[in-house]
Amino acid sequence: MSALSTSMPFRGRVTQAHVVRSELTKLTSLRSTRWSMLIAVVLTIALPVIFAAVTASRWSTMRLHERLSRHPLDIALAGVNISQLAIGILGVLVITGEYSTGMIRASLTAVPKRLPVLWAKLGVFAVVSFLLMLPSVLIAFAASQAILRNHHILQISFSANGVARSVVGGAVYLMLLGVFALALGAIARNTAAGIGIFAAIFFVIPPLLNILPTNWHDAIAGYLPDAAGRDIFALTHGTHDLAPWPGFFLFCGYCAVTIAAAAVLLLRRDT
Amino acid sequence: MIEAQGLTKDYGDKRAVDGLSFTVQPGMVTGFLGPNGSGKSTTMRLILGLDSPTAGEVTVNGKPYRDHAAPLHEVGALLEARSVHTGRTAYKHLLALAQTHGLPRSRVDEMVELVGLQDVAKKRAGTFSLGMGQRLGIASALLGDPHTVMLDEPVNGLDPEGIQWVRNLLRQLAAEGRAVFVSSHLMSEMALTADHLIVIGRGRKIADTTVEELIRQASGMVVRVRSPQADELRHHLTGPGVTVVSLSPGLFDVNGLTAAQIGEAAAANNWVLHELTPQQVSLEQAFMEMTRDEVEFKAAELEAA
Repeated sequence: MSALSTSMPFRGRVTQAHVVRSELTKLTSLRSTRWSMLIAVVLTIALPVIFAAVTASRWSTMRLHERLSRHPLDIALAGVNISQLAIGILGVLVITGEYSTGMIRASLTAVPKRLPVLWAKLGVFAVVSFLLMLPSVLIAFAASQAILRNHHILQISFSANGVARSVVGGAVYLMLLGVFALALGAIARNTAAGIGIFAAIFFVIPPLLNILPTNWHDAIAGYLPDAAGRDIFALTHGTHDLAPWPGFFLFCGYCAVTIAAAAVLLLRRDT
Repeated sequence: MIEAQGLTKDYGDKRAVDGLSFTVQPGMVTGFLGPNGSGKSTTMRLILGLDSPTAGEVTVNGKPYRDHAAPLHEVGALLEARSVHTGRTAYKHLLALAQTHGLPRSRVDEMVELVGLQDVAKKRAGTFSLGMGQRLGIASALLGDPHTVMLDEPVNGLDPEGIQWVRNLLRQLAAEGRAVFVSSHLMSEMALTADHLIVIGRGRKIADTTVEELIRQASGMVVRVRSPQADELRHHLTGPGVTVVSLSPGLFDVNGLTAAQIGEAAAANNWVLHELTPQQVSLEQAFMEMTRDEVEFKAAELEAA
């Protein structure tokens, strides 16, 4: 009998679909992934619920200009600002975790053509995060509206102009952000560096630009990844902001360029 | 079967592998020997395409590793550095690897059983001891029922029972007609398992031969002599190509002359010999002798008192 006790003739081969299945197993079999995803879902739903409840309870004591500055969609999508941190960090970790543990050697030995691993990681992470985030933002919208409705304030219809686009756009933004972060992680190959670059692009550089002369700031700031991404789900757009679709395409462009760089480096570098 | 032709790899201005050419044949265990840092692990990474060579090429069963449709069916590899995500269970790790080739869960179960990890398969790999980690690595290597099995220092961290198990497994895999390529820095380990040996030092090939041939070459070069007239005999024997090492009063080793030459020299001068023994070197000594100049990090030799 064979030492490998093969019960049947070998009939395996590497296909993109097989690698996708493998990456799905990898993504769902880590505790850190499950926690990050759970935190992202909870924050996306819980923050709007809390903000809606606070707003409703304080409404009678609010001044008119304060009431006018409240917008129901800002409340419904409040969680996106926090969960983008969880999704971004998880996106970086999906790939840098393989480098820090050495798993990448096993992954690239099984799939030595390498690119199918990157495509599968990006695809699986994008689909999983969208499938979790879309219900989350829809529930956040419905729940925050339900609380506000009880107090007969800040009502907005899902079918109103731009509302559905904003809510769904929140989930699309988080999905693309995760993809962008994953590609950054693939370039950095190191968790600290990957998260650092991600945080710099989305949290550090935008406020720093305020130091620039106003006309410079206005010419640049609206075209940065962070601003372009936000245009996807923002309900109102200022004179220096892009409209939702141009913002979406620009953010997709940033993702594509980053992914292309990650792909070229993955093929060229030693592991 | 692995065929390397002029394989060379530079890291910066350091040459890790230097013009290596060798063949690993099916149906036998080929030992890959060299001191630490001699380029064994780098060579294995080059074979798998994890690193790309600066010059030369290496093929597996006639093609570069990456060009195969089912790479894990061609080469099953255990690399020296751990290649497992510490947060994943052993079972999920193997499952994820199996799925890249569309292999069924039953194949994962078979491998878990083969290496004896049934009780800990659902535990995270980060909690594994060195020995359990090696068993998991071996399970990953055998997952694809590979034609060529390549293991980097497989007995590291194993207990005596585990070492015995690996030896038997290697012999059995070779007996099934697979090419088995095993690296080690321990000659004694290779003496027990390998049929053929490739010895490297500082990235260069030093020997490519059978175990018996290697011992035969290295043996008989040193003759131990014990004599009451040791001093006179020593002076008489000195000449070009001959070195004499004094061991204790009246006892010394001669390198560069045969026992017959020494015996005749003693007889011609009427000197008494109490001992005249050609030294049978062990494989370990032959290896040390061979790689003496090729060791990268050498401890200062202790002066004999």
